[in-house]
Amino acid sequence: MIAELGHFALVLAFAVALLQGTLPLRGAARRDATLLAVAGPAALVQLLLISLAFGALVHLYVVSDFSVANVAANSHQSKPLVYRITGVWGNHEGSLLLWVWILALFGAAVAAFGRDLPVIFRARVLAVQALIGAGFLAFVLFTSNPFERLDPAPFEGRGLNPILQDPGLALHPPMLYLGYVGFSTTFSFAVAGLLEGRIDPSWARWLRPWTLAAWIALTAGIALGSYWAYYELGWGGFWFWDPVENASFMPWLAGTALLHSAIVVEKRDTLKSWTILLGILTFALSLLGTFLVRSGVLTSVHAFASDPARGVFILLLLAIAVGGALALYAWRAPALQGGGSFAPVSREGALLLNNLLLASATATVFLGTLYPLALEVVGGPKISVGPPYFHATFVPLILPLLAVLPIGAVLAWKRADLLDALRRLWGALALAAGAGVLVLVATDLRAGLACLGYAMGVWVIAGAIADPLTRAALGGGGPARFWRRLASLPRASWAVALAHAGLGVLVIGVTAVSTAQSERILALKPGQTAEIAGYEVRFEGVREVRGPNWIAQRGTFTVARDGRFVTELFSDKRFYLVEQRQTTEAGIHATLSGDLYFVLGDPLPEGAWTVRLYHNPLAGWIWGGAAVMALGGLLSLSDRRLRVGAPKPARASAALVAR
Amino acid sequence: MTRVLAPLVFAFACALRAAFAATAPDEMLADPALEARARALGKELRCLVCQNQSIDDSDAPLARDLRRIVRERLASGASEAEIKRFLVERYGEFVLLEPPFAPATWLLWAGPFLVAAAGAGLVLGFLRRRAAGAEEPAELDPEERRVLATLIAGESSERAP
Amino acid sequence: MSERTERPRGLARGWLYLLPVLLFAAVGVVLALGLERDARTLPSVLVDKPAPAFALPPLPGRDDRGFSRADLGGAVMLVNVFASWCVPCRIEHPVLEQLAREGVVVHAINYKDDPRDALSFLRTLGDPFTRVGVDREGRAAIDWGVYGVPETFVVDREGRIRYRHVGPLQPRDLERTIRPLLARLAP
Repeated sequence: MIAELGHFALVLAFAVALLQGTLPLRGAARRDATLLAVAGPAALVQLLLISLAFGALVHLYVVSDFSVANVAANSHQSKPLVYRITGVWGNHEGSLLLWVWILALFGAAVAAFGRDLPVIFRARVLAVQALIGAGFLAFVLFTSNPFERLDPAPFEGRGLNPILQDPGLALHPPMLYLGYVGFSTTFSFAVAGLLEGRIDPSWARWLRPWTLAAWIALTAGIALGSYWAYYELGWGGFWFWDPVENASFMPWLAGTALLHSAIVVEKRDTLKSWTILLGILTFALSLLGTFLVRSGVLTSVHAFASDPARGVFILLLLAIAVGGALALYAWRAPALQGGGSFAPVSREGALLLNNLLLASATATVFLGTLYPLALEVVGGPKISVGPPYFHATFVPLILPLLAVLPIGAVLAWKRADLLDALRRLWGALALAAGAGVLVLVATDLRAGLACLGYAMGVWVIAGAIADPLTRAALGGGGPARFWRRLASLPRASWAVALAHAGLGVLVIGVTAVSTAQSERILALKPGQTAEIAGYEVRFEGVREVRGPNWIAQRGTFTVARDGRFVTELFSDKRFYLVEQRQTTEAGIHATLSGDLYFVLGDPLPEGAWTVRLYHNPLAGWIWGGAAVMALGGLLSLSDRRLRVGAPKPARASAALVAR
Repeated sequence: MTRVLAPLVFAFACALRAAFAATAPDEMLADPALEARARALGKELRCLVCQNQSIDDSDAPLARDLRRIVRERLASGASEAEIKRFLVERYGEFVLLEPPFAPATWLLWAGPFLVAAAGAGLVLGFLRRRAAGAEEPAELDPEERRVLATLIAGESSERAP
Repeated sequence: MSERTERPRGLARGWLYLLPVLLFAAVGVVLALGLERDARTLPSVLVDKPAPAFALPPLPGRDDRGFSRADLGGAVMLVNVFASWCVPCRIEHPVLEQLAREGVVVHAINYKDDPRDALSFLRTLGDPFTRVGVDREGRAAIDWGVYGVPETFVVDREGRIRYRHVGPLQPRDLERTIRPLLARLAP
């Protein structure tokens, strides 16, 4: 009954989405206020209906209703309640429902919070949003119905991949989807803007909070996924350049570029057609990611059970949505003219360079991910494109970006003085150079790339901090005036400093883990000790422990430093009874200076065990840096100045409609 | 039914990326320098069963065999290039995580820098137009004036009847 | 100078706006074609090359003298890589037996198996093989570029590998690829 209710709600939502996707567009063309007024309420009703369906599916999982095929295939009564709930999105059908729900959530949010938007423009945005929604609801209903019944119903479900039975699954996919799907708003804004044929600074201002919200979520989602992989996959890797990881990274790179180019549109009324293109492409890359993960077209360790029929459907949606938007772009964008002039050395110039490098980096990831497929399609050999390729191509594009970032952030609009900017940054420059030299000395001149990485990280952090400080110092006066000026700086400039500093922190963490990881692979007997990165590790032995649906062999390690007890770590080899699969849980001792990361391996003859000990220096900085970046985004989002849209054009359009 | 089964069997062989780093103490070479080379080479070779892992990360039996081969050959004095060639002869270039620079991959390797260069060209063009004063529209050259004239003429002749 | 550069740029800029949709169309075609191919199967690089050199000992208890490179050539043959622990091998076994009954020579490489298990596998399910070589370490299989069991190779009269099938052979594969190929190689 509940399953049928959920299914019915989805069908209704599909119908509402079709109405929301068509009537307001007609209303916009005819200046018909009644039709335009459909958009807002329809978006809210759509969210309500999909929430109902999603709630129904969660309920079916919680009560373990195995007469529903999706529940039977992915759940089990012995699973703890929290994993029965998160298991809802641990499979294709359920996660797609989450996808659609978040799409509707953003649509409803635009309807609810976009009151500053001109009526016609808002109606168009909501209509485009609903058209995407209708496409994906059709996808759910016709190929991936999570409410399908099973007859006869099995007594017990087949369980969930044990790797997914983890808090990581609770957080990572919803956060990632908030980002992925959140970029649908930039797409809708871009298409609506093209339909209006008018892109101006206020358009960029309306777009900003939505891009920012999606960007924050995607930043957090990718970081969570990376951290999940780090602790779950058992050897301390944090990024694998796997196609599915790349699929989430591409929209992030494009979205970051968009965030920066939209500033130029907002402040200087130029770079419009490029920003529109980025708005379309960012979501296109999100859709591409969805296609790659669910179609099975690329092999990935993260892929869902794939089905070519689904692939065809998503590809069709992709072709209609993105192909349509880009065709509209080719038709309408050339007419977008604009803008004040500016010198190459200026804030605009720097943001342009930022966009050039980020776009090239996106293209690199895109090329590396899809090239093997393209080569095979044209009859070439089957090749692999792995981490070495990305290290060789992506890093050289990102290093210049880091090098110019602090400078660009302090340049004046229109025309700037490079020497003046460098003078303001001399402290940061000195710190960065110092860090680089220090690393070179500490490693006996062996660490070329590492030294560059640390120096860049320090440069970006110091530059980010130097900007508000020098601005507050401008104009002289005593310390009291300095602090007062510092405190009165707009929240947005603190947000920029925070986001950029977070990137610097991340760069340092990545550099440290990639170049200075220590690893020891040993055969240890209980009572034996080993040394890693200055820590003395004693292997205490292995005992059996039982969890709710698994049995584990748990290795215990005692860690000391200079004879003083530091911590006790446990690493499990778990065997999940229902799924008949094994997972490894690493024992991690995380500190600011680095992580101790211990893994229990296989038993060896004579009571010994394979033991892997890692020290990952500054590992926490990777995710800490990402968290600081996301915080910077949140701070920016909370700046009232940016949220208060331009109300005057809104009234003007309302008047137009009234007429 | 069995068509579905086959990939399943492969999938089980590597059990996702679940398992831990695979190189085991009993496989390792006594000489640390040689072992370091073996580890580095292992990270560049793809585990064929698990699709997206290096043989260094994978605990699939085939990856273990390949790690053994890598170590035996390094110990007997073979170079990294020779070992790669040995594996490419058997498994194709698919086994190399770093694709070789060959005609089939020219675009792959040059692509990022071509995109950056083309982008830089566009940016420079844009900047030059901006700097040249976007305030007043650029003057038409004689050719453009001619085209414009014919267009206007064509349009008016269309309207004429 | 500026007069010469202005005009072509004006023309090029129109194209520039079309470029995204054109590139996207190209990507779309690649993705669509990509859906048709099997991402997991790795084509063998040994096809059309001479079979590798190898010499494997016999399966103890089976009336055989082992299987080596010298046994290949002279006639069109199949080489099947199997193991008793491999479930799909059981599925494809009847197909191999069918071929053997029709007079096709089928050799086998017994991959990383306990010889006793392999022997009882053949005793229970039937023994379609002319020669069986025991590859306990899996080294010969690596020389053949094997990455999973079962795999089946077609070797021509000159001892060259002509085809590699990954996964269990099914009656459908027999009709679609194996039989036509055998007919072509040994008319």
